[in-house]
Amino acid sequence: MSRYAAARKGYVRPMQGWWRRDPFFMRYMIREITAFAVLAYAIILVVGVVRLAQGEVAWNGWLAALRSPGAILLHVVLLVSMIEHARSWFEIMPKTMPMMIVGGERVEGSTIMRTGWAVSAVVTVVVVALAWWARS
Amino acid sequence: MKLKRSNAPVFWLLFGAGGMLSALFGTALVFLTGIATPLGLMGPNAMSYPRILAFSQNWIGKGFVFAIIMLFAWHAVHRIYHSLHDVGVPLNAFTKLICYGTALVITVVALFALLSIGF
Amino acid sequence: MPDGKRIEIQVLRYRPEEEERPVWQSYYVPYTDDMSVLQGLQYIKDELDGTLSFRWSCRMAICGSCGMMVNGKPELSCQTFLRDLQPGPVRVEALAHFPIERDLIVDVGEFVKKLESVKPYIIPKEPRKLSDGEYLQTPAQLEQFEQFSSCINCMLCYAACPQFGLNPDFTGPGVLALAHRYNADSRDGGRAERMEILSTEEGVWSCTAVGYCSEVCPKGVDPANAVNQNKVNSAKDYFLRFLSPKGESK
Repeated sequence: MSRYAAARKGYVRPMQGWWRRDPFFMRYMIREITAFAVLAYAIILVVGVVRLAQGEVAWNGWLAALRSPGAILLHVVLLVSMIEHARSWFEIMPKTMPMMIVGGERVEGSTIMRTGWAVSAVVTVVVVALAWWARS
Repeated sequence: MKLKRSNAPVFWLLFGAGGMLSALFGTALVFLTGIATPLGLMGPNAMSYPRILAFSQNWIGKGFVFAIIMLFAWHAVHRIYHSLHDVGVPLNAFTKLICYGTALVITVVALFALLSIGF
Repeated sequence: MPDGKRIEIQVLRYRPEEEERPVWQSYYVPYTDDMSVLQGLQYIKDELDGTLSFRWSCRMAICGSCGMMVNGKPELSCQTFLRDLQPGPVRVEALAHFPIERDLIVDVGEFVKKLESVKPYIIPKEPRKLSDGEYLQTPAQLEQFEQFSSCINCMLCYAACPQFGLNPDFTGPGVLALAHRYNADSRDGGRAERMEILSTEEGVWSCTAVGYCSEVCPKGVDPANAVNQNKVNSAKDYFLRFLSPKGESK
């Protein structure tokens, strides 16, 4: 055994704070953090559904809570997070898809991404428009 | 190299469905329920009890609300679970229970509440 | 002839027989606009410090030997130019997420074992005789896997992958791209065998779609795509395995 064999165990560098090493990783972490907003909104909705089941007074209490400045501020934060979630979702979506050949040409990942963004924007506008049309 | 098949596909499919749903509808829903309606932009009765009750008593309305709540929850906890690993929290049965357990609780509560308001 | 320009190259040195942990060392290297970081290192070794150890071979981004961290990013040093890193200093470190053996040399033994583990060769769908002749393949069939065959095993994607950094048991982007290269090849019938690796936690399921691997790949292999496409395949296999009589989906 060579006298260097014992020294060959290799120096392992720590991973602490790895995501601060590169802007790419920071953007990844921001994408991952949007999950908290999605969870928060799901919790807000499930509380709402429970209040709905508890009757009109409870439901109106939930609506009143949503009108508080704190709740509206929270929803602004959630809104920004949802937009970032949608943006980053379609940014990564092409990576999850098999090769697409349309009309003999390879469909670029960027095309898929932009199509996703466009659909998301259209759906958002349509849903808001429908709600506006049904307002009372 | 361990050769144990992972059960990840179950959670990953829920993650994907929830992610797609929230990517498409999340922005509009948060805006409508959390900003526009509370600020009165949609009129005073946009989310009134009779309206929302009628919507949720309908099978389609129930399904929609349940899908949103459930899939948003399972999407979020899957991502949070893996993010915990990213920042050095060990992935074990306990963290799995906390994360996926949260989604399960949300799912069950939503189911019960939606069924209890009747048809 | 050097035109009088010098740049500082800081190298993370590690000599296990001399020191407990790596230490930065500075060198001042005269350079011309056509010089790569590799040539800078070669200048150091030839003229300034013969003890500096690093791997290299082709000098033209095809052998995959010279991967290292340059200013915190995984690069092929033969393909990274000092003129682009002015005014310096240029910080050079061994490829991230691998144990450092010495200076800029990392331990690649596990990576090689992983390459072998995914059966990176055509596994025929059924036995063939020589008289069957060669496989025929259309350009469209070639397109399905050609990009993934470009891998030069440089391991930049492993240095980019935080999941590999956090868990060295993760099969990793390059090896999974290689597995996909064969799965996607119309001549191959070994998908089910390779699924045994892909469908494990250490297979595709450690990946969280960071995507940095594909950013740093010098050959445009797009390993992120290879891995994440196979999440769909793994999920299909997971659910459809009960349908096929042999217990495998085809």
